[in-house]
Amino acid sequence: MKRALCLTLLAAFLLAAGCGTTPVRKEPEIPAKRPVSQYVNPDVTYAIDAHDPWEPMNRRIYNFNAIFDNYVFLPVVQAYEFVLPVFAQKGITNFFRNLTEITNLTNSLLQFKIEKAVITFGRICINTTVGIGGLIDVATINDGLERQDEDFGQTLGFYGLGPGPYLVLPILGPSSARDAAGLAVDTVVYSLMMQELIGLTGLGSPEDDILNYSLSALYAIDKRHNEPFRYFKTGSPFEYDLIRKLYLIMREFKIDN
Amino acid sequence: MKRFSWLVILTLLLGWDGGPAGAYDFPIRDPYAATIAGTPSELQPSLPEKIDFELMSLKVFPDRAIPDVFWYQREFLYTLSYQKQAAPLIFVIAGTGSSFYSSSMVFLQKVFWQAGFHVICLSSPTQMNFVTMASADCVPGNIVEDSQDLYRVMTMAYEQVKGRIKVKEFYLTGYSLGASQSAFVSKLDEERRVFNFKKVLLINPSVSLYTSAKILDAMLLEVVPNRDPEEFDRWFDEMLGGFGRIWRNLGEPPLDQDFLYDVYRYLLKRMNPPKRENMAGMIGTVFRLASSNMIFTADVMANYGLIVPKNRELGSADSLTDFFKVTSHVSFIDYFNEFLFPYYQARTPGLTKEALIEGTSLRSIESYLRNSPKIALMGNEDDLILAPEDLAFLKEVFGSRARIFPYGGHLGNLMYSANVFYMIDFFKS
Repeated sequence: MKRALCLTLLAAFLLAAGCGTTPVRKEPEIPAKRPVSQYVNPDVTYAIDAHDPWEPMNRRIYNFNAIFDNYVFLPVVQAYEFVLPVFAQKGITNFFRNLTEITNLTNSLLQFKIEKAVITFGRICINTTVGIGGLIDVATINDGLERQDEDFGQTLGFYGLGPGPYLVLPILGPSSARDAAGLAVDTVVYSLMMQELIGLTGLGSPEDDILNYSLSALYAIDKRHNEPFRYFKTGSPFEYDLIRKLYLIMREFKIDN
Repeated sequence: MKRFSWLVILTLLLGWDGGPAGAYDFPIRDPYAATIAGTPSELQPSLPEKIDFELMSLKVFPDRAIPDVFWYQREFLYTLSYQKQAAPLIFVIAGTGSSFYSSSMVFLQKVFWQAGFHVICLSSPTQMNFVTMASADCVPGNIVEDSQDLYRVMTMAYEQVKGRIKVKEFYLTGYSLGASQSAFVSKLDEERRVFNFKKVLLINPSVSLYTSAKILDAMLLEVVPNRDPEEFDRWFDEMLGGFGRIWRNLGEPPLDQDFLYDVYRYLLKRMNPPKRENMAGMIGTVFRLASSNMIFTADVMANYGLIVPKNRELGSADSLTDFFKVTSHVSFIDYFNEFLFPYYQARTPGLTKEALIEGTSLRSIESYLRNSPKIALMGNEDDLILAPEDLAFLKEVFGSRARIFPYGGHLGNLMYSANVFYMIDFFKS
């Protein structure tokens, strides 16, 4: 089952990547009336520029993500939205957001952001108990305790590590070398915690693959359900460039806060 | 029943008497601020947060070869929101560079649907999906040709949905460039008679696309007076930085060209009112980005060789960053002089620049507009894209069919309750 999925993904990916091959040119090229050489100085870094040495690969993955979104991810999310009533969708969102508070907590502490850590700890306590295992975000509604987004990518940035090359992750989208490494660390911490929780609550065995995969799948669907971004909706042929730049600026801003 | 009650409530709330302009209380009196900030949400009519709509698609030119760089453009897209019962069908045409996803379009979609109409929302013929999929020669900007393209997709869209909806009569509206196009589409309909539009409303039209583009280009020059690439780059960097700061607050990445306006709305809330030249620069930038998207797309599709070398076949993974840098320095007027005009001159020997400018202006259909009681106009005294003589022209030609509000800039009051009331009232009475 898992292997079949991997193969399908690989095939789709290669298909997407295949589109990128430059076709054979039939007629000789004629220089543009407003040539790049006249407007662009290669030694200058422009506002739209970003450190993107893997651009051809990134663009292929970006295209793959758009296809995957269109044919797999979004249809699944739509089915999910159709089947489940809105309150259940909200509950699931809150449930996973409560579980992933572990990321916010550990990374607030790693950056000595004590206020954020205290707020996050308070949120976990309130939402897990009064909020019935995290299904209701009581902390935001009743106590005005807003969620504090911190992750290991931000922690690395806090300690002075730059973003490194821009990186588009398959399915997950815009990232950077630093943020992808951070994501890997956060995922390991989250999984370890989940294993413990599954064992503790006696919902099943931590080695139960079906339970693990179902939870991961539900988590992914919930995440996409809450993400309004749609590929190629900007109506700009330069969408890749704009999203890349805005992602990097946004991350910089998050690290400073 | 429901839709009548909200109109009544609205009327009571506003104390609307449909009468003197003095009763008009749109709060933002500066046209630049109004254009950018739009209508404060508490002064907008109450509309459903979400309405049902269907994303529809058409193969307008099934045999057209699409360059790999636009591999994701497969079909022409539009939206349909319909009523279960028989109702009028209204077509809404977006402004320059905008798609049916833009906030103004989504707003109008809700307004007209709530008013009880079937609604079809169409992207602007200057928008990428339209240029690649529905434009006959992929060179937008000639309003006569663009209106023919519009008429073609409107006819096809109606064919596609007519089995499912009962249509009583047809209405047409559009804002900004979409309003000017509505006028030409309406005129075309007099010959082709597919729809026999009963009512047409032009919302903040541009009289002459050429003049409006000149005005908007000049606004950008207020912040980059030397036309220096690096000067523009510094300004653009500032704008992008502003957006990065608010992305988290907005909760979603930029989905349309409204995104720079969002930056400014945020700054407006946070700081002292921004300087006038900065506001002009913002509006000019938004127009420049929209026209850059259009120019690049047209250049690739027509293989014209303005920015991309002629015969270069761009692949789906090729970097376009350098082309972005070039297009952001090409104004709409440059496009007109170096692409649009020579392109049409080659097809129409003897065509002069003046004739093309005139032919793409509402002045060229003046007598039609003067003698068509079904066409009305909603505009503003301080609309930024109109030269003084343009406003005078509109007032004179439309006479009592023109509803000119004293403030609002360009489309700033589109979502203001009194304006919405006027729009619905026009189609319903």
